[in-house]
Amino acid sequence: MSTQTESNAVFERIRDEVSGTPVVLFMKGTPVFPQCGFSAAVVQVLTHLGVPFKGIDVLTDPSLRQGIKAYSDWPTIPQLYVKGEFVGGCDIVREMYQTGELTEFLQANGIEMRPAE
Amino acid sequence: MPMDPAEIVSLIKQGIPDAEVQIEDLRGDGDHYGAYVVSAAFRGKTRVQQHRMVMEALQGRMGEELHALALQTAVPSDT
Repeated sequence: MSTQTESNAVFERIRDEVSGTPVVLFMKGTPVFPQCGFSAAVVQVLTHLGVPFKGIDVLTDPSLRQGIKAYSDWPTIPQLYVKGEFVGGCDIVREMYQTGELTEFLQANGIEMRPAE
Repeated sequence: MPMDPAEIVSLIKQGIPDAEVQIEDLRGDGDHYGAYVVSAAFRGKTRVQQHRMVMEALQGRMGEELHALALQTAVPSDT
């Protein structure tokens, strides 16, 4: 497959993933076993807010790992998507969480949250 | 080979001339830095756009040579 069609296929898959699930986290490792501190930090924030999300491990697929960076024009992993929109990486998600913006943003997007008691 | 903090500052300033940059070595290992960047050029931009500006200034090193650079951006307070 030529690289052009290959990257289209990866973009297609990414588009399906981010439009198929309200909250999607492209990460290193899985929510249960994050393989990188930054990915683990975002998983922690989402879990603390009780946000159901789908974790996608980019370590299992090098073309996805590169493709996601081109798709969002963002060079690092993890990457959080809400309703198909790129929200940010670890720094931005953490900063939004600390300022309360993340909760507001999720509510504005109709994302159901069940915060941990 | 981790980057030298002075190089990080100079790259950011080349890309964002009016930027004020503070670098912190978060773990003292020369590989996990925090960068606090203040610039009027961020005004009216979302955080994602602001961070993108800094990463573009770093000319593709982010996520490669620069594995761990925690970014925080702000607009100068009008005091």
